[in-house]
Amino acid sequence: MHKNLQNFIIWAQNKPGVLFRILWLFRRKQLNIESVTAGHSEIPDITRITITVSNNGNKVKNMVHQLNKLVNVVKVEHLDTAMLVYREMALIKIALSEKEEKSQVLRIIEHFRGRVINMTNSVMVIEATGDENKIDAFYENIKNFNIVEFVRTGRAALLK
Amino acid sequence: MKSRLKTGQKVQGAEIVCESLLRHGVSVIFGYPGGANIPIYDALYKYPELKHVLVRHEQGAAHAAEGYAWATGRPGVCFTTSGPGATNLVTGLADAMLDSIPMVCLTGQVPSKMLGTDAFQEADVLGVTLPVTKHNYLVTGAGDIAPSIYEAFHLATAGRPGPVVVDITKDAQANYAEFAEPEIMPEFNKKIKTDATADELDSLALLLNNAEKPLIIAGHGVLLSGDGKSLLKVAESQDIPVTLTQLGLSAIPHDHPLFMGMPGMHGAVSANRAPLEADVILALGMRFHDRVTGKVSAYAPQAKIIHIDIDPSELGKNVVPEIAIVGDVKTILNRLLPKLKKRKNPLWLDRFKLWKKEEEEKVINPELNADILKSAAVINLLSKETRGLATIVADVGQNQMYAAKYYCYRKYNSHFTSGGLGTMGFALPAGMGAKMADPDREVWIVIGDGGIQMTLSELATIAQEKLDIKIALLNNNYLGMVRQWQELFYKGNYSQVRLKNPDFQKLSEGFGIKSEKADNLNSAGQAIKNARDFKGPYLIEFVVAADENVFPMLPAGAGIDEMIISKADMK
Ligand SMILES: Cc1ncc(C[n+]2csc(CCOP(=O)(O)OP(=O)(O)O)c2C)c(N)n1
Ligand SMILES: [Mg+2]
Repeated sequence: MHKNLQNFIIWAQNKPGVLFRILWLFRRKQLNIESVTAGHSEIPDITRITITVSNNGNKVKNMVHQLNKLVNVVKVEHLDTAMLVYREMALIKIALSEKEEKSQVLRIIEHFRGRVINMTNSVMVIEATGDENKIDAFYENIKNFNIVEFVRTGRAALLK
Repeated sequence: MKSRLKTGQKVQGAEIVCESLLRHGVSVIFGYPGGANIPIYDALYKYPELKHVLVRHEQGAAHAAEGYAWATGRPGVCFTTSGPGATNLVTGLADAMLDSIPMVCLTGQVPSKMLGTDAFQEADVLGVTLPVTKHNYLVTGAGDIAPSIYEAFHLATAGRPGPVVVDITKDAQANYAEFAEPEIMPEFNKKIKTDATADELDSLALLLNNAEKPLIIAGHGVLLSGDGKSLLKVAESQDIPVTLTQLGLSAIPHDHPLFMGMPGMHGAVSANRAPLEADVILALGMRFHDRVTGKVSAYAPQAKIIHIDIDPSELGKNVVPEIAIVGDVKTILNRLLPKLKKRKNPLWLDRFKLWKKEEEEKVINPELNADILKSAAVINLLSKETRGLATIVADVGQNQMYAAKYYCYRKYNSHFTSGGLGTMGFALPAGMGAKMADPDREVWIVIGDGGIQMTLSELATIAQEKLDIKIALLNNNYLGMVRQWQELFYKGNYSQVRLKNPDFQKLSEGFGIKSEKADNLNSAGQAIKNARDFKGPYLIEFVVAADENVFPMLPAGAGIDEMIISKADMK
């Protein structure tokens, strides 16, 4: 499933249109993006972008050079998942109808070390972090409840 | 360096545009005015040093700028207005992008407050040109104009050259800012590796010194790196046969005994057979394009490939090299030379004699000795009359292949064409740009009856500028190259390839351009003489055989081992 994801970590100038140029290039070179995470890095004015793709082989290797040709890209690394520590985060909103349901959900949350971050009488918002497999497993366990919304981020990854 | 402004002088953005161009040594601009760049044209009025050529269509401006860049190695410059002016550039940008031609295009844009409102003549130029430029800029403040233009010039020629667009809003052109020469930001000087390491050179020399059947395939990178002499010296030191890709033609003199022709789809027999037998291929500034390799799995089965290119993304992209070196071809060859053992290689060169003889007998002699006028014979005549010293700007189609194969280029960097994009209509404006850039060149445009009608309006520009350009129109009354495919691979179903052409004499006279028609070898020879004796633009319509085919050829998707040498070879 998520086994052979290839990771690109890209440091780029924080300017209008830069993310577009990068994402466009993946489309141009026929690579399907599985996830993207972008945000400020520890360096001022430099955005750190983590992109995962499931393709492999020559195209992916060539992509590093292609990305390097973008003027606004400062640095690119293409890394095996084994070289990274990383997390995804998911937020799940569940509508609850019975008391029993609530305790069942709480047990699942505990098992996956999730957190309840908002709760009303009828709705619970849960946060879960982990690798893709953990988030998938969490979702599998909870999907029979009444899920109102589900959102997950891409990888936030650091080198080991 | 010419300049008009002093540092710190407060002027309108439009004047900063002109000053920045002046300081980059720009001598000619190809452009077209309109509402969104009218302030630039107003400033241009004060800059007589900047010669402006009023083209008739912005695509013409783009190709003319390409011709200028081919001839000088410096970025060609275009001006256009917003919207349709800018979108008309796109074909030329795509052409320059694929063929690594440096260009700086300055497009007018709607005022910054109106960006994104679908204002009159607003087009998303950044979005439209992103895929066909090395980089592009949107400039909304007068103070940002100089930095963007300086970066654009730097980028257009840094490493592998290409086109850059600077889109400048009208208010940025009109507002005032202090002029100052910007420093290029360090991120733009991203390390471009230009030289080989000592280890790389040693492994390179080892492979070549032990090769039995070495082969050089050199491309545009050789011309872009600035000379063919180092290539020739390396080849001569070990008797290495040299083939030149379409964009590498004229890198060495074509009458040199080691020159073995152009490889690829319509390449020479020798240039396509050699990779099948070679044990080492030295690939220089070329990119193993599908038109060169044919089916990759059948390409160079025994060869160890050494690939040298300034663009790291080309190495390993299409073929897997044994040794891949990022760097400038000339620099590396000059350092390699002392490491090469001097030796002769008569056995290997004998193979080429055989292949050349085969092509001569089966293809070249019949073409040159036909009863009716053939394109090959016309180009051969032109080659003889000009002693191989003219600059040939070739369009696209059969005429392009004849220009590549039958002109004996003896002047370095004297063959310009649209290779990667194959843009019909390229040659007329590109020839114009080449002549404006370098008036001492004898420029001949070789073009078909289809292609000339794509950018025909530039005849008016040529006439207005009184350019001493010669046009060899090869009129077969067909979209010949497509017709050839239909004849050979689509059962002779000629679908939409027949042209009922205008009277090219009258047309030409209408533009104020002298012309004549030739339909046999004698009149063709005389017409070429007449054209060369005449000072000014001159068009010769050569009425050539309607049903000619360019051979040899590789069918689409075939390997170089499946080359068809003549029609008789086809089952
Ligand atoms: C702008 C553009 N449109 C279509 C083509 C496809 N095409 C390639 S060669 C060719 C025929 C060219 O005809 P002509 O200019 O008469 O040259 P000839 O092949 O007859 O020498 C065509 C239509 C192209 N290369 N460029
Ligand atoms: Mg034709």
